[in-house]
Amino acid sequence: MNITKIVDAKGLACPMPVVQARKAMNEIETGEVLEIHTTDRGTVSDMAAWSKSGGHDLVEQKEEDGVFTFWIKKG
Amino acid sequence: MTIKAITVAEMARKVVEKEETFILDVRNEKAFQDWKIEGDSMTALNVPYFDLLDGVEKILGDLPTNDEVIVVCAKEPSSILVAEMLAEAGKKVRYLAGGMRAWSEHLEPVKLGDLKAGGELYQFVRLGKGCLSYMVVSNGEAAVIDATRMTDVFFDFAKTKNVKITTTIDSHLHADHISGGRKIAEASNGTYWLPPKDAEEVVFSYEPLEEGKDIVIGHTKIVIEPIYSPGHTIGSTSFIIDDQYLLTGDILFIDSIGRPDLAGLAEDWVGDLRDTLYDRYKKLAKDLIVLPAHFMIMEEVNDDGSVQETLGKLFEENHGLKIEDESEFRELVTGDLPPQPNAYQEIRQTNMGMITPDEETQREMEIGPNRCAVR
Repeated sequence: MNITKIVDAKGLACPMPVVQARKAMNEIETGEVLEIHTTDRGTVSDMAAWSKSGGHDLVEQKEEDGVFTFWIKKG
Repeated sequence: MTIKAITVAEMARKVVEKEETFILDVRNEKAFQDWKIEGDSMTALNVPYFDLLDGVEKILGDLPTNDEVIVVCAKEPSSILVAEMLAEAGKKVRYLAGGMRAWSEHLEPVKLGDLKAGGELYQFVRLGKGCLSYMVVSNGEAAVIDATRMTDVFFDFAKTKNVKITTTIDSHLHADHISGGRKIAEASNGTYWLPPKDAEEVVFSYEPLEEGKDIVIGHTKIVIEPIYSPGHTIGSTSFIIDDQYLLTGDILFIDSIGRPDLAGLAEDWVGDLRDTLYDRYKKLAKDLIVLPAHFMIMEEVNDDGSVQETLGKLFEENHGLKIEDESEFRELVTGDLPPQPNAYQEIRQTNMGMITPDEETQREMEIGPNRCAVR
């Protein structure tokens, strides 16, 4: 996967991870992929819901040692 | 602009007193569908905060013109963000302090009555999660039954009553919430009673609850009489207190009955559940007041904020007690069951002492409704 931009939102509480992801999303082109790192468990369902609401594609996600990583393709 | 908060205690009063309230819930749609602030007088609109980051203009028309809007989110910060935008747009607005997490943890004590032999019985209603705990108070001593994780509430309450908690009891090994029974007993040097059949894997010492072995609280002899009543779990135990009250744990609720599958043995336990409800309970006095460990819907909460009904009335009105056909009963309690409570396996392990998650993780584990019942 080609990652265009990485957002480090570790340690941030809701709504900041989504706010930062959204800002970064505005800076990339359609079809490009954003990688986001978070530690707030609430982001798991929020990233999925936000991607859907914004017309983006949550391609993949994983959890490792308490860090959640999301790959979202801009729609 | 400084936005005012509404406390969960104030919110709980609005629910119980059925005060018309407009809630703007800014969590994602799935979280809202799954679990929200319930009540006859609650009107809720769900718009996720991430759809409002560009502005709130598009929802202004859906909000009350003059009445207050209460913004609710999972923990709090997103609701403040949205509340600020609404205030700037001229709306009367507050946010729920601590969000749904605090709502899940709030306990409201309700006095159920005086005991014949002296003493009092209280019910602690956890509105957000539908859990019910009990405190028997008598002559300087107290027993807490099915205590929640928020143990300070019980200690603070005991202090106002000038009593010492000497006894904690769990009616069964809980799968939906983390028990405070062991923590309270350790802190107060008291005794923690558990049904031995539910406690085979626990890693701490406890006193086994057995039918015929009464527990006495205070000098005035409030008798807590255990009755073995398996079905929700194999060890599930009910209690008769002061010959007046029947604490049914997760076996019988006001408008539903317990589900037998949360320990993974639905097929094995459905017969036990049937026997308890249709045989053991049927032999008990009909004027006993049933006090369950949960409620599922706000209709089960009385106008005074308590959850209680006589056993006789439940035999007339509770659908789960009126299924004559055994296979139909089996189908109801093992067939198309609702989803299990959030993190129920980890919660059971925590209650057995096998894992010890930190406080933040415990809070996360308990998010959502209790889901211990079938209707």
